[in-house]
Amino acid sequence: MHDFEYCAPDSLKEAIGLMATHKSSARLLAGGTDLIVLMRARRKRPELVIDAKHIPELTELKINQEGLSIGASVSCRTIYENDQIAESYPALVDSTSLVGGIQVQGRASIGGNLCNAAPSADSIPTLMVLGAIANVVSDRGERQIPVEEFCVAPGQTVLEDDEILVNVTVPAPAANSGARFLRFIPRNEMDIAVANSAAYVELDETGKNFRSARIAIGAVAPTPLFVEDAGAALTGKPISEESILNAAVIARDAARPINDMRGTVEHRLQLVETLTKRVLNDAVKRAIGEKV
Amino acid sequence: MNKPEQTKSEFRVLGTRPIRPDGLDKITGRACFSDDFHLPNMIHGKILRSPHAHAKIKSIDTSAAAALPGVHAVVTGDDFPKVENKLISQGAAGMINIGEVADNCIARDKVLYDGHALAGVAADNPHIAEEAVNLIKVEYELLPPVMDVRTAMADGAPVIHDDFYPGAFILPTEKFLPNATRMQLGSGDLEKGFAEADIILEREYTSETIHQGYIESHITTVNWDDNNYITVWTATQGAFGLRDHLADVLLVPMANVKVVPLEVGGGFGGKERMYMEPIAAMLSHKTQRPVKIALRRDEVLRATGPSSGTYVKLKFGVKKDGTLVAADLHLAYEAGAYAGGPIFLGAIASTSRYNIANIQINGFDVIVNKPTMRPYRAPGAAQALFAVEQMIDELASECGMDVVDFRMKNLTKTGDLLVPGFPCAPIDTVKMMETVKAHPHYTAPLNGENQGRGMAYTMWFNLGDISSAQISVNPDGSVQLITGSPDLSGSRMTFAMQAAEALGIDVENVSASVGDTDAVGFSLPTVGSRTSYATGAVICDLVQDVLEKMCARVALLWEIDAELVSVEKGVFSNKEDSKLTMSFQEACEKLHETGGPITVHMTGSPQSFIPGTCVHLVDVDVDPETGKVDILRYTVFQDVGKAIHPDYVEGQMQGAAVQGIGMALNEGYYYDAEGHLKNASLLDYRMPTALDIPMIETVILESPNPLHPFGVRGCGEHSIIPPAAAIANAIHNAVDVRLNSMPMAPHKVCAAIKQKQAAES
Amino acid sequence: MSKRSHITTTINNESVDFLCEPRQSLLEVLRDVLYLTGTKEGCNDGNCGACSVIMDGVLVDSCCVLGVEAEGSKIETVEGLSSKGELHPLQKAFLEQTGMQCGICTPGFLIAAKALIDKNPRPSEQEIRHWLAGNLCRCTGYDKLVRSVMTAAESMAEV
Repeated sequence: MHDFEYCAPDSLKEAIGLMATHKSSARLLAGGTDLIVLMRARRKRPELVIDAKHIPELTELKINQEGLSIGASVSCRTIYENDQIAESYPALVDSTSLVGGIQVQGRASIGGNLCNAAPSADSIPTLMVLGAIANVVSDRGERQIPVEEFCVAPGQTVLEDDEILVNVTVPAPAANSGARFLRFIPRNEMDIAVANSAAYVELDETGKNFRSARIAIGAVAPTPLFVEDAGAALTGKPISEESILNAAVIARDAARPINDMRGTVEHRLQLVETLTKRVLNDAVKRAIGEKV
Repeated sequence: MNKPEQTKSEFRVLGTRPIRPDGLDKITGRACFSDDFHLPNMIHGKILRSPHAHAKIKSIDTSAAAALPGVHAVVTGDDFPKVENKLISQGAAGMINIGEVADNCIARDKVLYDGHALAGVAADNPHIAEEAVNLIKVEYELLPPVMDVRTAMADGAPVIHDDFYPGAFILPTEKFLPNATRMQLGSGDLEKGFAEADIILEREYTSETIHQGYIESHITTVNWDDNNYITVWTATQGAFGLRDHLADVLLVPMANVKVVPLEVGGGFGGKERMYMEPIAAMLSHKTQRPVKIALRRDEVLRATGPSSGTYVKLKFGVKKDGTLVAADLHLAYEAGAYAGGPIFLGAIASTSRYNIANIQINGFDVIVNKPTMRPYRAPGAAQALFAVEQMIDELASECGMDVVDFRMKNLTKTGDLLVPGFPCAPIDTVKMMETVKAHPHYTAPLNGENQGRGMAYTMWFNLGDISSAQISVNPDGSVQLITGSPDLSGSRMTFAMQAAEALGIDVENVSASVGDTDAVGFSLPTVGSRTSYATGAVICDLVQDVLEKMCARVALLWEIDAELVSVEKGVFSNKEDSKLTMSFQEACEKLHETGGPITVHMTGSPQSFIPGTCVHLVDVDVDPETGKVDILRYTVFQDVGKAIHPDYVEGQMQGAAVQGIGMALNEGYYYDAEGHLKNASLLDYRMPTALDIPMIETVILESPNPLHPFGVRGCGEHSIIPPAAAIANAIHNAVDVRLNSMPMAPHKVCAAIKQKQAAES
Repeated sequence: MSKRSHITTTINNESVDFLCEPRQSLLEVLRDVLYLTGTKEGCNDGNCGACSVIMDGVLVDSCCVLGVEAEGSKIETVEGLSSKGELHPLQKAFLEQTGMQCGICTPGFLIAAKALIDKNPRPSEQEIRHWLAGNLCRCTGYDKLVRSVMTAAESMAEV
């Protein structure tokens, strides 16, 4: 690995100052399961690595009636082992419990998953459908970025060189709502998604019709895709095989997959459709209180 | 788990399950694997590898690398002596061209695959060495890559070796084929055979390049000392082969090279060849310091090991009653960058288990711009079986016959002439089939519409050939056993058990170790399921020598003729006075009175091509929407002759089966059009995890091998052969599609199902 | 070259200080600085689990942790599994049930299995397989390995 400096600031202020000074030559280190591997593969060569695990704002996990706030360096395992998250945001458990193996989950963070901006990221479609906001800070001020606008290309985000992702906030789930994330991998663990899909649904009081829905898909475009039309197509529609298939087909048609070592265009398109059907069915089940 | 059948209680040690002597160090972390070895003053080497699949090297500029602080030496191909092409024998494992061995270790004029080594750097630590490697500037002239056997054999294909030098076993082609040589096996009259057939099927199959996937990388430490003596500490399956090749490549006497085998963290055939030792040696020579080189995982996948991708075309003919009458096989196997892939073994494995009166096998060893193919557990056999056992399944179905009955009808038995032209050594193949049919798995109900069951059957032949062993009998009754066979998974214990059994003493009194190349006689590598059988048989012979010498000592004590002393189960007795006996222990205690402790050495060469058989039964569940195949139930039946240590035998059966499952479903090299390997990581070269596999039930059969004193057959490789074919047959049984391309990855299963649906509608 | 940092940790219940460069992983520090070579390198990118250690109670791949990040941490490695010459029940089971062949992945599996049993003393076969999916073994086919973990968990629950 190349030579670099390391520091571990214990305040957000200090970290902001470091980023303001070093800009693109610095990288924040959360779990390290992407950054360390990328540095070893010579694909990232920061001069300064700033450990983000000693900054209180980045390590905080807060959950209350308004919603959930996940510090950028909180580990996947901390998230999925939290009973309140499991109760109110099971789709986040779906996502975080799939990142790597147990060892990786103990270190990898949602913040890292978001900033690494892989097209196949396991947490991003879920954050998109849950309406999550990325809260970003620099010495120039703060800004809030909806997660669906966060990634711009493989490995690239809207973050400026000096900006720090502090946390991700997720609104409290509405009544009669449910969400689900699924991915397809050739093995049963330890793979990158060939395709993935997340859905969030809100049902009316009867539990028979969709009030609204949000659908996002991954590994089928340069970034994870929020497919607004697919969710919108379900607004006011009855819960039926037909309405769900229709939304899944819209999601599939939004996909722009490639052939690579992980999958083929044709297979990915079929997977997006299949997974979107499955996540919608499961999200409905969760909305009416069934366990999935 | 099924325990092996108890034949007779004739053995005191064989068939028991003692704890291996090296086990403790492996669970406490103290065992010394190749990367755990450190020397004082040691520095670290790294290797520059070609990013191109096929290119001429126009120039190499190492000045910036050499100037980096912390760098001690840089070497390129020009630092090495020119080694001429020459075929040298590897015993039953074939021949090898030493010129190509040298070129594979460090390229001179041309790079032949993505990952081909072309320079080395030694520095204070691996980080500096790696930074320096990336400062080396190479100018290449790109040549068109040849990545597929059919492309490589086509008229007008780019020729990879201008000075093409055919490998061993391989006959020259009749017609000029770019990049390929041909072998042929056969008997009978093919035309007549097909004329007799009621049903004729023709099919094509392909498979991707695969890797052995050992978890320990390749790591070596070399010290070239001031006396011109080279010592290598590494994990290798064959210390002597490594010694000889290193000496041949560096043009030094073999006696000046010593290889010290360390604990091996998995090999499966991929660790019997030399890779980084010449570079490490030259760096050590230049710096006068010991040099360690550890490959990264991506280097392991790009530049070591892999096993052939294949193209197979079959035409089989059968009579309505199920008699196979004709078979025409075309097998094209990747050789990689240099000739000498596993085509010969693949050809033998393809059909030897069946009697087919009229058969022709054309095998092609095809050079492509990929790493040099190395053996992988039953080299080439799984690829052939994937094709032939699907064909057998289809033919059985065409004849309306049960798949076991169909095989029974055509089964090779003891004495039948096999395809390669030698008779089948004694083995009970009928019992194998009967056992399968009687097993509950064979008739258990399947639940669910997308579930299916498949089977596949194989006959594989273990090698014998040269092994050496040395026994020292000590005055305290303990026995040291040294062999030249590196231990990959417990063979020190299986050697100790055979020695103890033959000596008639407790296994606890035998301490087995692996000797370095100065400590024990020449031995071929731990490959080809040969070790427990061949080295074991040599040990048994050696024990007879030891006992003869011990009898002479006892005779001295009793003051009688040596011929009058006999020994059985560790007790010496006077043939003329049955009351006069002495235990092995007592005799040992008196060794100093009769001439001192005894040390006896032996080199022997037991016969090769001992048949072993196995059948795999598998149940799968297929998700037709995603193409995912889940393994629900798996049973392995294997005839091992005699299970020395049943736990280890079961372990071989289970481990091999799971490697076969990986090969069947998800493992495969993915090259882009320019010949860059895109999935050189354990993330994207997808080997099975614990979550992908159920428990693997094992059924051990023991039809004794008359060529081994205890009836042992090789058992390490066989069970990697049938899984892909069995799973393909199970998928067909589940969802009525034939997968003719391995791995049977989800996208292929999905595509096959879609194609079938389209054809039906 | 960046300065080496002085790091203070507790490894296998003993306080341990070491010097390391920022670019050295915890795995490198354990193996090449402290000569605790029981922890193995298989892939160096978090995909095989051979380098598993327990860091502050959390199972991690030590190849994906920088040595400098270990400041103030408590680390458990395979060398600390047995105590006072007494094997850990997992070690005993791996030895007696042939839960290993070549042995290179064994330390990682032992540590991962210990982290599981610490959290879930009676795991089912499926839970074991799921938890151990981050550890690759190429020799055993996992059968005897998973059985060894089951046996160890049973024997520990009986005590």
